[in-house]
Amino acid sequence: MAQKNNKTQLTVEPGKQELIVVREFDAPRELVFKAFTDKKLVAKWLSPKKLKIKIHKFEPRTGGSWHYSHIDENGNEYSFHGVNHDVTAPERIIQTFEFDGLPEKGHVTLETSRFEELPGNRTRLVNLTVFQTVADRDGMVAAGMEGGMNEAYDQLDALLAS
Amino acid sequence: MQTRRDVFQAISDPTRRDIINLIAFQSMNLNSIAENFDVSRPAISQHIKILIECGLVTIKKQGRERFAEATLKPLHAITDWIEPFRRHLDERYSALDEVLEELKTKKKKRRH
Repeated sequence: MAQKNNKTQLTVEPGKQELIVVREFDAPRELVFKAFTDKKLVAKWLSPKKLKIKIHKFEPRTGGSWHYSHIDENGNEYSFHGVNHDVTAPERIIQTFEFDGLPEKGHVTLETSRFEELPGNRTRLVNLTVFQTVADRDGMVAAGMEGGMNEAYDQLDALLAS
Repeated sequence: MQTRRDVFQAISDPTRRDIINLIAFQSMNLNSIAENFDVSRPAISQHIKILIECGLVTIKKQGRERFAEATLKPLHAITDWIEPFRRHLDERYSALDEVLEELKTKKKKRRH
């Protein structure tokens, strides 16, 4: 059962190049870390529901690299890649992240995920992403908005069809 | 280039965010607002002017004094902007919740 009280907290301060996501999980830290570093497990949760995931490269260790694509129903691929700067079990993953679909290469972010132990076998994930510019960050958030809009339109479609 | 005057511009400055917090629940006259900050009175006036232009503050005259009153409704534009992205992340982490539940169940079974 998914826990409803584990809210995703998003901090996007105006004019800053960073984005902070905090989320708690009802599982011990070792397990959460495993879900982030086991290829088969990652494939189960990383993609949005409507998209399939293809993991081309997955090296969850310091100095390793990663590359995956989300694939939509029309076969369009949205590719992402990066390098694992630091993978220290079970407490942190620091990686670079770049969306390959942008018109210009090099818009890379540095993403630090920290896994904090909480009482009662729970875990807090603190994810800090630093962008190269405020515009890069705001663009990323706005892209999420587009996804949200599509979702809303899909729901509208379903409603209209019923 | 035209100066941007919207709620995003309003909150792009930390002092302006503090001013909004200060007067969110009660209106204050301009001197009292300025007393809460280390910056000069004219600088505070300039910030308030921008907040007025962005639609977050209105000035009400009471006798000789001018009170700044906050209008918080335009701030909804910010939640509207962030919420879809937050929902996208929420969907991902809900899927992760399910993966973790599966892992926990497997672990228990192994122990028995």
